[in-house]
Amino acid sequence: MNEEKIEQVIFKLLKRIAPESEPGSLSPDENIRRALDIDSFDALNFFIQLHEELGVEIPESDYGRLDTLAEMRRYLADRIV
Amino acid sequence: MAEFRMPSLGADMEFGTLLEWRVKPGDRVKRRDIIAVVDTDKAAIEIEVYEDGVVEALLVQPGEKVPVGTVMAIIRGAAEKPPEAETPAVEAAKAPSVHPPPPAQKEEPSAQKTETGPAAAPPTPESKRKERVKASPYARRLAMEHDIDLQSLTPGGPHGSICAADVKQAIAVPKGPFPEKIPPAAPPPAEEIPASAAPTPEKAAGWKDPAAMRRAIAAAMARSNRDIPHYYLQTRVDMSRTLAWLESENRKRSIKDRLLPVVPLLKAVAVSLQDVPELNGYWIDGRHQPQEAINIGFAISLRQGGLIVPAILGADLLCLDELMEALRDLVTRTRAGRLRSAEVTAATITVTNLGDLGVESVFGVIYPPQVALVGIGKTMEQPWAENGLLGVRPVLTATLAADHRATDGHRGAQFLDTLHRRLQEPSKL
Repeated sequence: MNEEKIEQVIFKLLKRIAPESEPGSLSPDENIRRALDIDSFDALNFFIQLHEELGVEIPESDYGRLDTLAEMRRYLADRIV
Repeated sequence: MAEFRMPSLGADMEFGTLLEWRVKPGDRVKRRDIIAVVDTDKAAIEIEVYEDGVVEALLVQPGEKVPVGTVMAIIRGAAEKPPEAETPAVEAAKAPSVHPPPPAQKEEPSAQKTETGPAAAPPTPESKRKERVKASPYARRLAMEHDIDLQSLTPGGPHGSICAADVKQAIAVPKGPFPEKIPPAAPPPAEEIPASAAPTPEKAAGWKDPAAMRRAIAAAMARSNRDIPHYYLQTRVDMSRTLAWLESENRKRSIKDRLLPVVPLLKAVAVSLQDVPELNGYWIDGRHQPQEAINIGFAISLRQGGLIVPAILGADLLCLDELMEALRDLVTRTRAGRLRSAEVTAATITVTNLGDLGVESVFGVIYPPQVALVGIGKTMEQPWAENGLLGVRPVLTATLAADHRATDGHRGAQFLDTLHRRLQEPSKL
């Protein structure tokens, strides 16, 4: 799966959590949680749904490496088989 | 014979509007079944019934706004006989053509049918449920999940807003969105609620417009600041042990079963209240009324603004996994606007967690008639001295706002001290 496809999945899930937001307008290095006002519950739900959609189980210790769109795209692209 | 009355669903609620009956005359209800949906200034709340019985009569129509305490329905206790002459007013007003069946038949479905008359024929299991239309946030979500362009829909909601029904029409979903929540003993009405009496999509969705919610919050908080002499205490809590324990615990778990740090925190608050029960309860009519049940109201902010503080019932009795599940369920239903009456009325203390936002400490305003609020700030790395050694540890600031009429600072300090100690032994939580 290429990074564009991954990004589409990310956008879809973010939109589910923050329906009024425009994930497409996020800049690649923006902190997503802060920009979209996502609390820890929604963040966990996001990672759960990411696992369901892409099959990548993210260990808790990696949460800190997934703050921005660019980081997420890279991280997931490396791990999707 | 029980009278089901308009409940008080908040400190300042005077009136409630019935949005929907989930039962009809003749239905058998069990304790904790949801029988109605009532709209307050803040939200639409699912109302539970507190005893087993059979719905005798519904006295208030959907759309009616009535004062708190108004008798809305008559529910005959399970062991009671069907009505005789003792309820002539109800009979005359609501079911003039009904003849009470012989008492011996009251347990049989056919007897119920006779009893309730033609106005409320029991629905077949597959009878279509009157769909509860959802508010715009839900409509947006639905549309997204089904790839529907909101622009292409004709608005059916008030003020030209698109409601979920519009979306569902487009995706032709055949049944209600939450069929699993229908209590088996209380099938929803088979007949459509007349359009004039049907709840508006906005109301049925749960959350009211921001202005109404703002007014409700304003009333409760103004009352709090006017009536409650607050005192504030704060303490720094070393979170290294709890977080290390949580990390090793979560490493063993799949992502779905992981615990959030707020879970051990809430549990620690709950068990600390067992030691300092004075903080758990109410101040009503000039009297301190500590409560036995520890129902933690957890402040949940809504994306559209405002907040709701539903209660985790019996939080001290839940293990951490149960607490996580309860919290997940509560957050989900709060945001979807599907809370139950017990959850909005039963909180005995409030916990406000602003740690997600990097705030260091919270000085809360107590939600009357409660007597305390626990504030949780962000866990941050800070210098920490222990046993003569200076180190860097994850530290959070826990605060207590408490009602000085009910407790004194000494008791409050004991609570924070207990909380701190509990969080040093996370495996015992």
